[in-house]
Amino acid sequence: MDEPERPPAEGAEPAEHPILVRLRAGFGDAVVSTHQFCGDATAIVAREKLLDICRWLRDDPDLRFEMLMDVTAVDYLGRTPRFEVVYHFYSLSKNHRFRLKVPLAENDPKLPSVVSLWSGANWLERETYDLYGIVFDGHPDLRRIYLYEEFEGHPLRKDYPKERRQPLIGPGSPGAPSDGGSGAGS
Amino acid sequence: MSTKAMSPAASDDQDLLELPSQPLEMKMGPSHPATHGTVRLLLKLDGETVRHAEVEVGYLHRGFEKECESGLYYQAFPYTDRLNYVSPMINNVGYALACEKLFGVEVPDRCKYLRVIGSEISRMSDHYTCLGACALELGAFSAFLYGVEAREMVWDVMDEMCGARVTANYVRIGGLSGDVGPAFPAIVRDKLEQAGKLQQDFEDLLLSNPIFRERMEGTGKATSDELIALGVTGPLLRAAGVPYDVRRAQPYLVYDRIDFDIPVGEEGDNMDRFLVRVAELKQSRSIIEQCLEQLPGGPVDIDDPKIRLPGKGKVFTRMEELIAQFKLVTEGPLPPVGEVYLAVEGGNGELGFYLVSDGSGKPYKCRARSPSFANTQSLPTMVGGAMLADIIPTFDMINMIGGECDR
Repeated sequence: MDEPERPPAEGAEPAEHPILVRLRAGFGDAVVSTHQFCGDATAIVAREKLLDICRWLRDDPDLRFEMLMDVTAVDYLGRTPRFEVVYHFYSLSKNHRFRLKVPLAENDPKLPSVVSLWSGANWLERETYDLYGIVFDGHPDLRRIYLYEEFEGHPLRKDYPKERRQPLIGPGSPGAPSDGGSGAGS
Repeated sequence: MSTKAMSPAASDDQDLLELPSQPLEMKMGPSHPATHGTVRLLLKLDGETVRHAEVEVGYLHRGFEKECESGLYYQAFPYTDRLNYVSPMINNVGYALACEKLFGVEVPDRCKYLRVIGSEISRMSDHYTCLGACALELGAFSAFLYGVEAREMVWDVMDEMCGARVTANYVRIGGLSGDVGPAFPAIVRDKLEQAGKLQQDFEDLLLSNPIFRERMEGTGKATSDELIALGVTGPLLRAAGVPYDVRRAQPYLVYDRIDFDIPVGEEGDNMDRFLVRVAELKQSRSIIEQCLEQLPGGPVDIDDPKIRLPGKGKVFTRMEELIAQFKLVTEGPLPPVGEVYLAVEGGNGELGFYLVSDGSGKPYKCRARSPSFANTQSLPTMVGGAMLADIIPTFDMINMIGGECDR
């Protein structure tokens, strides 16, 4: 069934959001594209400038994004670049939200970690690593968080079949970590 | 270990009392009688002092996102029930609002009010469970029974709304699964009255109990700056003095038409977290009473056969509606291409849904930003340097809900 009314999603920019205007002015070369959909301002930026942009978002007196609400990824299988890492910010003092996305190529899914700016990014980045296989450079403790170390693959990738079953590894079974092992000391 | 110190060579030594020591590594959980929630804590102890704590989650990971991506938009509702299973209707409402933002529809007023009532009932259920379990785990078994009895009362209200006590599955995209009956307001008032009495007894039992106060006061402290950096929201953040509440900051449904306070604490210790929740219970009750007074008539569903099922009366008698129902059930409602994030105030903080649509009937991505995940991460900050026994009330006040944390 064809939908006649495609929304003005990507590309069309009716009265650009002030944060996007300032982002373009400050980091023009790193901004791949911007859009607004349903009132959510979104910018897609290159990973090379991610840390600078994040620091600016957090520290600029007009933006003050003190809270990193969420980090996740989306797998656009069949598209290049394949992955997008998505950050959701919220500012307590200014009461506004912002979404930042970083495209990543399939053969090099790496980007800098933002744990140094928001300590809460620690688990969120571990989760993204666990479920999508995105590597966060500079993360203090990048290992799986939900699944066990021996789990093969990253289940939220679109090429991971939902029906696939992997053995549950319990203490004592061959190949199992010694109790507490991999997690404890590192 | 200590065998070295007991060797004959050491016994000749004069300072026998200076035994070599090393931190004791202890694993607490995943199934510990004094924690509610399946989680494992890896502790390094120096005597009874916690030198290092680490939390291992994931025992309840069920692949929420993967399941949602493989079904139609409306098929995700039962899964959202099982995120925070103590306050299921808030999850229902949050997911429905995110979908409605994506589809660009707005529900009728009556539906909005009922959703607010459902959300607040769920919040009360969440807080009663949290406070009751906290009392239990600190040894106050009878107080726990008062808390659980009060929860039964609010579950009766839920039962009256949707026929289920725990997993509501009540909200739909563009409406509700059904309207409430004419006796609903009277039943709600009656049940909340009973719950209120039990809550008063519960408070009296605990707040005048010196053991309880000692376990709660001054323990598990964290500053508001630490909590903000960790992304902690909800009662934990409010207890540290930050009045952030999504219902007030970015009102959804009809919260902007209702008069309510946002209780905040000063110290940011476990006692403040407890008191904030107690005060929020009273606010929730007041919100529900205002909603019942303002509750308008009219339909609860939007009239759009592309999104919301037409009524059975029409489906059984008219061709167009029959086709609409068939298409809606098999293909699902079709949203525009795009992405949305929408947050509501859950029992434990900001509950956000991030949906990515490729224009098909299935969500391309359905992410839940769960407050429990961020809140649980803050445990090591709160108990570092504290006594082992302080972990229990702190973990209780974090109120980790496994289903929501691990998804």
